Amino acid sequence: MKKLLSLLKNVHQFFHLLVGHSMGRIGAFLIALVLIAAVFAPYLGTVDPQASGKREDILNAPSTRHWLGTDDLGRDVWSQIIFGSRVSLAIGLITAFVTVVTGTLIGLIAGYYGGLIEEVLVRIVDFFMMLPVLPLMIILAAVLGPNLWNIILVISVVSWPTTARVVRSQVLSIKERPFVEAARCIGAGNVRLMFAEIMPNVLPLMFAQAVLMITYAIYDEAILAFLGLGDPTRISWGSMLHFAFESGVMARSPWWIGPPIAGIIVLIVGFSLLGTAVTDVLTPQYKEAKGL
Amino acid sequence: MALLEVENLKLHFFTRQGAAKAVDGVSFNIEPNETFGLIGESGCGKTTTALAIIRLIKPPGRIVYGAIRFDNKDIVSASDEEMRLLRGKKIAIVRQEAQNALNPVMTIGKQIIEAILQHENVSKETAWTRARNQLDLVGINGNRVKAYPHEFSGGMKQRAMVAIATACNPKFLILDEPTTGLDVIVQRQLLELINNLKQKLNLTAILISHDLSVVAETCDKVAVMYAGKIVEQGDTVSMYQNPQHPYSQALIGAFPSLKGEKKKLKSIPGAPPRLILPPKGCRFEPRCDFAMKACKSEEPLDREKDDHVVACHLIN
Amino acid sequence: MNLTGFAARKAIAAVITIFAILCVNFIIFRIAPGDPVRMMFKDPRVSAKALELQRQKFGIDKPLSGQFLAYMKQLSRGDLGISFWQKRPVTEVIAERIPATLALVLTALVIAVVLGVALGAIAGWRNGTKLDTFLLTASLTMYSIPTFALGIILLLVFAYFLSIFPLGGIATPASGFEGFEYIKDVAWHMFLPCFSIILWYIGEYVLLTRSSMMDVLGQDYIATARGKGIKEFRVLKNHALRNALLPVVTLTGINIGFAIAGVIEAETVFSWPGAGRLVYDAVVKRDYPLLQGVFLLFAVSVVLANLFIDLIYGFIDPRIKVGAK
Repeated sequence: MKKLLSLLKNVHQFFHLLVGHSMGRIGAFLIALVLIAAVFAPYLGTVDPQASGKREDILNAPSTRHWLGTDDLGRDVWSQIIFGSRVSLAIGLITAFVTVVTGTLIGLIAGYYGGLIEEVLVRIVDFFMMLPVLPLMIILAAVLGPNLWNIILVISVVSWPTTARVVRSQVLSIKERPFVEAARCIGAGNVRLMFAEIMPNVLPLMFAQAVLMITYAIYDEAILAFLGLGDPTRISWGSMLHFAFESGVMARSPWWIGPPIAGIIVLIVGFSLLGTAVTDVLTPQYKEAKGL
Repeated sequence: MALLEVENLKLHFFTRQGAAKAVDGVSFNIEPNETFGLIGESGCGKTTTALAIIRLIKPPGRIVYGAIRFDNKDIVSASDEEMRLLRGKKIAIVRQEAQNALNPVMTIGKQIIEAILQHENVSKETAWTRARNQLDLVGINGNRVKAYPHEFSGGMKQRAMVAIATACNPKFLILDEPTTGLDVIVQRQLLELINNLKQKLNLTAILISHDLSVVAETCDKVAVMYAGKIVEQGDTVSMYQNPQHPYSQALIGAFPSLKGEKKKLKSIPGAPPRLILPPKGCRFEPRCDFAMKACKSEEPLDREKDDHVVACHLIN
Repeated sequence: MNLTGFAARKAIAAVITIFAILCVNFIIFRIAPGDPVRMMFKDPRVSAKALELQRQKFGIDKPLSGQFLAYMKQLSRGDLGISFWQKRPVTEVIAERIPATLALVLTALVIAVVLGVALGAIAGWRNGTKLDTFLLTASLTMYSIPTFALGIILLLVFAYFLSIFPLGGIATPASGFEGFEYIKDVAWHMFLPCFSIILWYIGEYVLLTRSSMMDVLGQDYIATARGKGIKEFRVLKNHALRNALLPVVTLTGINIGFAIAGVIEAETVFSWPGAGRLVYDAVVKRDYPLLQGVFLLFAVSVVLANLFIDLIYGFIDPRIKVGAK
């Protein structure tokens, strides 16, 4: 019970510091913009984004009816942007979650058990990190088929090694600390030691990694969709760019290109800034520098 | 005339919570060829004082008052360039055996000749020869000039530091906890080296340590620091035989002796005061066995007793 | 362990890794859902008999281990299969495109690394000042913009609207340029794709070098150097930078994967006829042998580049060159 309370207190202090960090504030603001668009999409989007328009609606410049104009099928760009935010955000968050959980598990096991298990896992991780990320994702996506869940799988497969490596080296140093030894002395078993004692200390790192992974996931989804490997049943910002690029009329319809690019940049910059703030706040000297 | 004069030096660290008065009115003189010891517990300001002499204190630390005169030259108001010319050439520093005090990607020889070539107008060959000689001087085979720091043991690294520091034959050497972290045998070797060099090179030195035995072996005069102030100073022998200040007495008394009768180990209860808001009166008062009423309200001034300078109300 | 032992170890590790990559390459295409042969010949007019023949040719009717051996034998002959789209050996198709990619990548990397390291070192040295904050913010921003997005923006602004640069390709078609004129033409075409790759890379290197520099400047040997009265510039050059660059070299190896991603994106947006663009073409045309071949090319390049960098590192870090005690 006491541990839970102290954990809550730490979490509260963490968010307090985060909000005080200037970059963190800007990042959070940018993310909030996109989040609002995603959550309130049905209310903010004016029409069904997939609905193609009539002949005369094709490639219209922004007007009162279509706030950001239309694309080459007469679809409303503004609605596409609003609904597209859902895909980017969802993929970003879910992928990051999967990646961090997998990576942490592997890192914990490798770091804790050591010996042959660690050797083998480390070799696998190192091998994965060698493989060029984009070509690998492209091949996997091409082979598995264009589908939301496949995309999530593909990006996770490519991203978990980074987290695993980082968590493992953290575990290696935590495992030597006295409190772990103390817990072992009172009879705590391996699983309990790993999850109840070591993992809570790895949580801050996991959080920092999660934010980092979100930025990668958003980037990866965008590029995969741009290359035509995204889920064809859903509109995402990357797929908008794909259609725009393929259509050949990219230059004549900047309203089609600009917003998705802006959206992607805003989201990535937002999470990047948040990530910097998180890493800063988690540095041991930060609290002292802020006079706490 | 003294080679180094420190007069009422005050150095504060300006932090968000306030100004920590790390060095608060320190005065002493060091004569040529003298070795001056500065002892005290961690955090008393001795290292800060030493770094102030060579002006290597980084912000938020700043000298706020007082004078430091080296060879009649004012240190406090000297420009950065003037200080740079002094460092290595006239005043050198050997710091605590830190793992990383030597550049890992440069050979030892290169690190020695770097100092020589920076300050003197000699040829490269001459510099390399001198580098070899420096290593011989500190008891390392001169052929190891091309070795890298990671090839040396801890004691050798420390001796190499001495070689680098004395490369340009400085007049004044600052030794900041030179033996801390070394095992006893290596300590002895280093101390012998220091004593030898003192004579050979006509060095004047200040040696900072929290280890009384080290200071006793090498220093002519000793000053005891506490909470940013010097509480007592005098020549070594009489300081050890007859300490006047309660803190000096406790400090010297706390050191166990191998010989003599078995006594109960006396430690000093309590902790030094926070330097941001030091107490009004004597800073040692809360832990002093002999504290009087005056000690709480008035800061004791320097008084003379038996050739010692003591800052204590007990002396009159 | 000395330098040759170090080099040998790294070389062996590289060979093993390449072998593992070959295996992965093999596995990926066999795990594809559905019949791979049917995937390759989507045209419904192809008869079942013809498909069966193809299956035999690709050895798909044999057990997996047999297929693997066939695959390895094929590779050892340098045969990467036939491209569906171009009806030519994959090796030919790829070989044609490599020079263009090399030109683009090497130019971009050299410029980005030199500038990035220099700016990063300055930022780290002047940590806390306005210059540092500016460089830090600029780098974080550059780092956050996807290369292909930047490429599209540059293409629209500078090629379509301002018409300063060409719309794509490597050279003006049917221009008849020779020698120096040709090189100038290529350079003009290369400017925008190069720029889009460079920007992200500079951001990465500034951040890397800056933080490495900050770590190094806090070390004791910097204080020792200053204590000797060495001029500040020399302290920075010989003591700080020399040490700060070590982790940067190591991390360059890991970053090569990102360079490849950048190249693929830039070549796609600017229609630059290199190996990166082949990836896009292969995906669009569903040309699996070509895709497989290009993947192999990139993966092996990364391994070799990493090996090269490891060897360089062994050379510049005396702790490895001379061997730890």
